[in-house]
Amino acid sequence: MTQLQARDVVRSYGRTPALRGVTLDLDEGEILAVTGPSGCGKSTLLHCLAGILRPDSGEVTWRGERIDTWSEAARSRLRRTEFGVLFQFGQLVAELTAAENVALPLLLAGTGRREARAVAASWLDRLGVGEVADVRPGEMSGGQQQRCAAARALVTGPRVLFADEPTGALDTLAGEQLLTTLVRLSREKGTSVVLVTHEPRIAAYADREVVLRDGTVDHSGLGVPSTGGHR
Amino acid sequence: MSEVSTPHVLLGLLASGGRHGYELKRAYDARLPQARPLAFGQVYATLGRLERDGMVAVTGQERDGGPDRTTYALTDEGRAALDRWLSDVEPPLPYVASTLLAKVVVALLVADVDRARSCLVAQRQAHTARLRELTGVKHAPSATLDDVVAADYAIAHLDADLRWLATTLDRVADWHREVHP
Ligand SMILES: Nc1ncnc2c1ncn2[C@@H]1O[C@H](COP(=O)(O)OP(=O)(O)OP(=O)(O)O)[C@@H](O)[C@H]1O
Ligand SMILES: [Mg+2]
Repeated sequence: MTQLQARDVVRSYGRTPALRGVTLDLDEGEILAVTGPSGCGKSTLLHCLAGILRPDSGEVTWRGERIDTWSEAARSRLRRTEFGVLFQFGQLVAELTAAENVALPLLLAGTGRREARAVAASWLDRLGVGEVADVRPGEMSGGQQQRCAAARALVTGPRVLFADEPTGALDTLAGEQLLTTLVRLSREKGTSVVLVTHEPRIAAYADREVVLRDGTVDHSGLGVPSTGGHR
Repeated sequence: MSEVSTPHVLLGLLASGGRHGYELKRAYDARLPQARPLAFGQVYATLGRLERDGMVAVTGQERDGGPDRTTYALTDEGRAALDRWLSDVEPPLPYVASTLLAKVVVALLVADVDRARSCLVAQRQAHTARLRELTGVKHAPSATLDDVVAADYAIAHLDADLRWLATTLDRVADWHREVHP
C-alpha cells in the first residue's frame, strides 16, 4: 500500500533549481534507495518528503492526506510522531550522553523521564551500542555515534525512516553493520525507509532504487524496479 | 581479474594432509565459493602434472571396485613451491585489460552517444543485478565466512565497476565530442 507520495514536486533555492518535477511513491514497509550524482536533488527530495522543506509546487501526500499545505507546527508534529531522520553525521547533541540523546524525542513527545530512559537504553542495545549509554558523542567512534543517531531516529517507532547518506562517514564494515541492522529492524517493524546513498553496494540492500538526474527521476533504465520483497 | 592458480590451491589444500581427488574438488569449491567450480578432469590432470613435477606423491590407492581413490600428499618440494608462491606478492595489474572498458570505447568510436549510453545503462543493469544477488548470498542465514569473504571480494569489484559506469555516464557526451570533433 502506498504510504507516502510525491507528485510533480518542484523546489528551488533562490534561482537554483533543485527538483524539477519529481513523482514517486513509497510503499508501507518498503526500503527505497535514492541515488544519483552529487547535486541532483537527493537531499532536497528527502527533505520535501519528510515535511522539512515545502515544495514550490506539486504535492506531498501522507496516507492520503496532503501535508505540503500543512502549517510548520503540524508538519513538525507529524515528523515527531511518524517519521525518523538520520543524517550522514549523526548530529547528536554534544552535551548529552548517548542515552539522553536517544531519549530526547520521547521526552519531546511527553513520555515520562524514567520510561524514556528505559526505552532509549533498549534501542541502544538493539543497535549494538548499549555499552556507550553514558558516554558523550565526543568520546565515541564515528560508527558508535551513527548507531546512536539511528537509535534516536527509531526510538519513537516511526513509520518512515529518512536516512541521508547514513553510511557516508563510516568504513565498509561499519557501514554494512549499520545497514544490516536497519534492514532487519525495518522488516521486523514494517518501517519504510528512504535511503539516500551514492554507494552502489549500499543501494543494493533496498527493495527498489530510484535514480535522480538534474532534479528529475531518470527513466532511462538506471533505476531498479521493486522486487516486491517487502510485502 | 586473474585466473585462480589451480595447482597452488591444490597444493594448499594438501598442506594439512593427504586427500584424494574427489575430496580435493569438494574442498576447492567450498573454499572458493565464487570461483568457477573445478571440473573433476581438471583435478586429475593437475594432480598428474604435480606428480610428474615431484610436487605431490601418491601415498595410497584403494580400489574396491568403486571410483578411483588415489590419495595424494604434498612432497617437501611441493611444500617449498607453495611457500614461494605465498611469499610472492601479487603485482597490481599492469594493464587495465577489461572487456567492459574496451566495449565502451568501441561503442563510442563506431556509434553515437545514445548507443554508447545505452551500452553503459545495460551494463549497469547487469552489474546491479549481480551485486544484489551477491548481497543476498552474503546475508543468507546459511552463509559461511568462506561465502562472505568471497562475496565481499566480488562485491567490492562490482561496486568499483558501478562507480566507473556512473562517472562514465556523466562524461559520455563530452567524451563523444572529443572522439568525434
Ligand atoms: N541551502 C541551499 N541553498 C542553495 N542551494 C542549495 C541549497 N541546498 C542545495 N542547493 C542546491 O540544490 C541542488 C540540489 O542539492 P541537493 O543537496 O538536494 O543535492 P544532493 O543530490 O543531495 O547532492 P549530494 O550528493 O552532494 O549531497 C544543488 O544544485 C545544490 O547546489
Ligand atoms: Mg545530499
